[in-house]
This record gives sequence, C-alpha cells and structure tokens, in this order.
Amino acid sequence: MGKTLSDKVWDNHVVRTAAGEPDLLYIDLHLVHEVTSPQAFDGLRLAGRLVRRTELTMATEDHNTPTLNILAPIADPVSKLQVDTLRQNTDEFGVRRHSLGDKDQGVVHIIGPQLGLTQPGLTVVCGDSHTSTHGAFGALAFGIGTSEVEHVLATQTLMQARPKTMAVNINGELPDGVTAKDVVLALIAKVGTGGGQGYVVEYRGTTIENLSMEGRMTICNMSIEWGAKAGMMAPDETTFTYLKGRPHAPDGAEWDAAVEYWRTLFTDADAVFDREVDIDATQLTPFVTWGTNPGQGVPLGAAVPSPEDFTDAVDKSAAERALAYMDLKAGTPMRDIRVDTVFLGSCTNGRIEDLRLAASVLKGRKIADGLRMLVVPGSARVRLQAEAEGLDKVFLDFGAEWRAAGCSMCLGMNPDQLAPGERSASTSNRNFEGRQGKGGRTHLVSPPVAAATAIRGTLSSPADL
Amino acid sequence: MDKFSSHTGIAVPLRRSNVDTDQIIPAVYLKRVTRTGFEDGLFAAWRNDPEFVLNDAAYAKGSILVAGPDFGTGSSREHAVWALQNYGFAVVVGSRFGDIFRSNSGKAGLVIATVGQDVVEKLWEIAESEPGIEFTVDLRHRTIEAADNVFEFTIDDYTRHRLLEGLDDIGLTLTHEDEIAAYEARRPSWLPKTLPVKTAG
Repeated sequence: MGKTLSDKVWDNHVVRTAAGEPDLLYIDLHLVHEVTSPQAFDGLRLAGRLVRRTELTMATEDHNTPTLNILAPIADPVSKLQVDTLRQNTDEFGVRRHSLGDKDQGVVHIIGPQLGLTQPGLTVVCGDSHTSTHGAFGALAFGIGTSEVEHVLATQTLMQARPKTMAVNINGELPDGVTAKDVVLALIAKVGTGGGQGYVVEYRGTTIENLSMEGRMTICNMSIEWGAKAGMMAPDETTFTYLKGRPHAPDGAEWDAAVEYWRTLFTDADAVFDREVDIDATQLTPFVTWGTNPGQGVPLGAAVPSPEDFTDAVDKSAAERALAYMDLKAGTPMRDIRVDTVFLGSCTNGRIEDLRLAASVLKGRKIADGLRMLVVPGSARVRLQAEAEGLDKVFLDFGAEWRAAGCSMCLGMNPDQLAPGERSASTSNRNFEGRQGKGGRTHLVSPPVAAATAIRGTLSSPADL
Repeated sequence: MDKFSSHTGIAVPLRRSNVDTDQIIPAVYLKRVTRTGFEDGLFAAWRNDPEFVLNDAAYAKGSILVAGPDFGTGSSREHAVWALQNYGFAVVVGSRFGDIFRSNSGKAGLVIATVGQDVVEKLWEIAESEPGIEFTVDLRHRTIEAADNVFEFTIDDYTRHRLLEGLDDIGLTLTHEDEIAAYEARRPSWLPKTLPVKTAG
C-alpha cells in the first residue's frame, strides 16, 4: 500500500522508534518568539544545556510588540521585560533574531516562508498553534508548548505519537468574491472545532491546486481551529515558483536536488486515509462567524441561528452562551450586524495578497462613520512591499490606520485591543470570548468582507457595494 | 517532574464546552517570564462573575476539574496548564481535549483523565449534589472514585508511565544522543539553515 504525504514526511524524520513509545522525530526548523520561550531558555540554563542546533533555529518578536512607535522603548514594563528577555536569551545562546525595526521582523509564520526557510518536506515547529501555516509548502508543521520548545532547543527532536490521517478534498472553481478564508471557515462550520483532533490533514483537490501560496497558507493556518494536529498540501510548481530565489532557498545544483526530492512529496494513488471529507467549492459563498468559536459560522447571506436549530445538547447550550456573549438575536440577518472596528492582518490574512485584495475594494472610498480600521501587515517586508505599491496611501486615504507588523489585535496582547462590548470584523483566526480584548465581540471574515464592511459599517461583501 | 500516583481533592464541575486556552488564561496574562504566578489569570473573565463555580466557597479550593467537551482547544500556550496548576489543580477530567493542551499537560505533570461524556455528566451531578465532595483519581489503576462509584479513565500508556515515574523527557531523549547524531549525519546538505543569515537586503 502506498503512503500519504504526511506519512512520507514523518517516516523521513524518525530518529528512533521503539515499541510502546512515541517516535523520536527530528526537527528541521524551530521558530521562536518572545511569549512561549522564556521559560524554555530558563530550563536550559538550569540544566546547563545549550541550543543543540542554532543553525536550525530562528527567533522574532511579534506577539507582544506594539504596532505604533516601534523603536521607542515598550511602554508596558511587563511586555518590555518579555521582549528584553528574548533578546538576552537569543544573544546568550547564539540564536538568530529579528527584532522590532529589522526588515525581516514580523509574525513568525509570515517571515519563515518569506525568507525561504519554510520548504517542502521539512518538520517545522514553533511555540504557537498556527505553525500549521507552514504545511502549505508540504512541510509537517505543528504548534508546541513551552516544555516542548525546551526539548527541541536541547535535542532538536520531539517525541510524537503518529497521528491518524485525513483527506479534505476540495474541488471546483471558487465563485467570485469567495476566498481561501471562506473555504476554511465553511469547512470548520461543517466538521466542528473538534473534527480534526488526532489527525494530520491533507487538503487536496483542484481548488487547492489553483490557489496561490498565500491562499494555501490561509487554509493550513486554520487547521488548528478544527483541532487538527497539522494541515498539509502537496508541493507543486506554484510552491517551487514561490520559493525560487528567496534568501534561504537552495540554489544551483542544490536547488535541483531539492526539487527532485520535493517532487516525491505527494500521496500515492493507492494510499488510504483514515477519514475523508469532501467540499464542493462551487457552492461556497462569503462566510462569517456569529459565535465564539470558529465553527460557529454561516454564509454572509444567512441569519444568526437559533439555539433550537441545534439537536446536540452541547451545541445548543454553546449557542445560547455565544448569542448572549455576542449580544445577538436569533434570526437577525448577518448583513444587519453593525461593527465598530475592522482588523485586517494576522498570520491568517496579513500577507501582501490579502492587503492588495482589501485595497482593491477600498480604493477611492471612505470609511463608514464612527468605524475604525486597523491595517497591520504581517511582516515588516509586507509593509515595505505594500508601501512600494502605494497600498498604504489607499488605506490612509480611506480612513484606516496603517500600522507596523505584528500579531496585534488578533490576540490583543499588545495595546491593540477591543473595548468591552466593542464588535469587530476581523481577518484573524479566533473569535473566542475576549480574544481581541476583554468583553470584545469578534466576527471572523475574509479580507474582501473586511473591506466591504469597513465601507458600509455592517457585515458586507464587495457584491453589496 | 514530581511522581504522580494518586490524588484526592475537591471536584469542580465546569459545565461549559469548548473552553479554549484563551478562556483558561487570556493573552494579557502571558507576559510573565516564569512558570509561576499565573493563578490570577485562570479563567480571568469568568472570575468576576459571582455565579462562576470557583467563586463558590465550596469549590474554591478544588483540585480536580471536571470539564466539558473540547477543553483546552486553541492556542498552544502552556501557560494554560501552569495557570491550572498554580491555582491548585492536579487533574482535569473530560471527554475531549485539544491535542496541544493534552500534550503540554503531560509534560508539565497535570493529569488529563479522559472519560465518556456520560461519565462527565455523572461526575457533574455528584459534584453538584454534594458541593465540596472529594474525588480520588488513581493513575496506577486509571480510576476515578466519586461517592460510591468507581469510573475508569483513559490516558496513553507512555504518558502514564512518565507521570508515575516522574521522568524528565529531555534527559530521556539525550540518552539517545548517538542516534540523533547519526540522523544528523544523514541529512542532505541542501536543507535550509538559519545561519549564516541571508536576507533580501
């Protein structure tokens, strides 16, 4: 029997296997940031250990950093200490770091691909659940906790039990105005937030093949939102074209050797997945969330559901809680929901293509009265690229704020937060209670929906303009 | 890590599903650079609500959390595990857990006892009918004793073994240093390296 893509990558990284124990997997790339690493470096120091492979490790500052006045000392002393601690730790242990103000600084999952460090067939880990983003290149990439961060720093390996495999078959041409974000939101609504628990998922089919790398990353990014261990896509010409010429992509004879290997990274025709899910992309429309987990979503053209719509008792009570928290009435058309803030950014939708798409909708228009819009590029280079294309002017003329790169309002760890009761349309990945600020209410949307919403003031798509 | 064999403590019924790690500890509480002091952030948004279970004096000193399905989904923050431990929890019982949270718990020494949702419902009823009642979670026998009932739970064999013995993962892995080095010697030369730094200028 043939192998799946994930099995091929897994098997290539087994350092040691023993009955009754998880496999010991080698890690090719370890990305580090300020929030989940300080205790790991402390652990190394206490045990007198070093970073085993500094040349497979890279750090950046993204989660806890300001997006205004980035070169001034960080105002919050606790945030400042955490960023300073990363700087001290990376200096002490010899780990590469991209700090605020550096052209290669940015959200960790944006800069790995941008630098060409994320490549097909690698194992990639980071103390962040959205590490699944890198799976868009055919890497096996997953988030880990701080104890595992320390384990990788010390040993360049991880003990992992082999997950089950799932195929998500997505076929057909996406209708106009429907993006990768809508695909993954619709998928999560279908399978539920726990639907992927215990699985590595491979997204495949013609819809995936026709997506850009940016779109593919958006889908893999949200694998964790339905519980999957990792999300992957087979690398192809789109992947190779994206990588060619990037700073850390191989070149010359090494490029040829790499591509030869990368072309073997697909699921064999006779391989069997433990589970398969099918999505007909031609039937999709812009998709938005109404509740407090990413599975609580509906088409933009639908209405807020009623708890009575759910047969499962747990889903019913979750819906009741969510409607109360979100201050929504069942039956309200989603398009009637008025928002206060639009957030465009994050590792889900903070890449140049996302900014271009939103700017194309906003160009020549004005922001809705009383609404604020934050545009936060995913990396310093995305920001520079956008400025080179004049997108910053489009956003500023529209009435949006043009910020520096970072995670920002996706998780509200820095000053970019919602106030209690404030409602957002956000291109990020989580609509959890209080995620974007205590008492804040989040609707997850695609970049075009975010842009159209900023124009009309209510949840909208470009077709409504 | 300390060895864990069995634990007796007050059971806390948390009747909510999809308690993601942002609910367990919001991001604004993740700024500390230590593994301690996170108890203030535990369920921070809900602790202001007088009706919240931990604000009931009978449950406030609880150490066995009986959670709803899909507990610990979302963010990879191990701070969620530390917050539970710093508060005083030693065990979380539930029917479904986020994978990363489960893994983090195993590393940090928080026991994740998986049971069917029907057992969760029974445990909730027992804990609510006699607030402050103590349960005993026995890792050796994989059982939960609650009132006159004994329920079995599951936990993977390897994690159970590590918790019972209090083993240090990194120390264990480093005993295989020769195998790691042998693997490294086989890695192709074109694989990416972060050093020396290359940049687009």
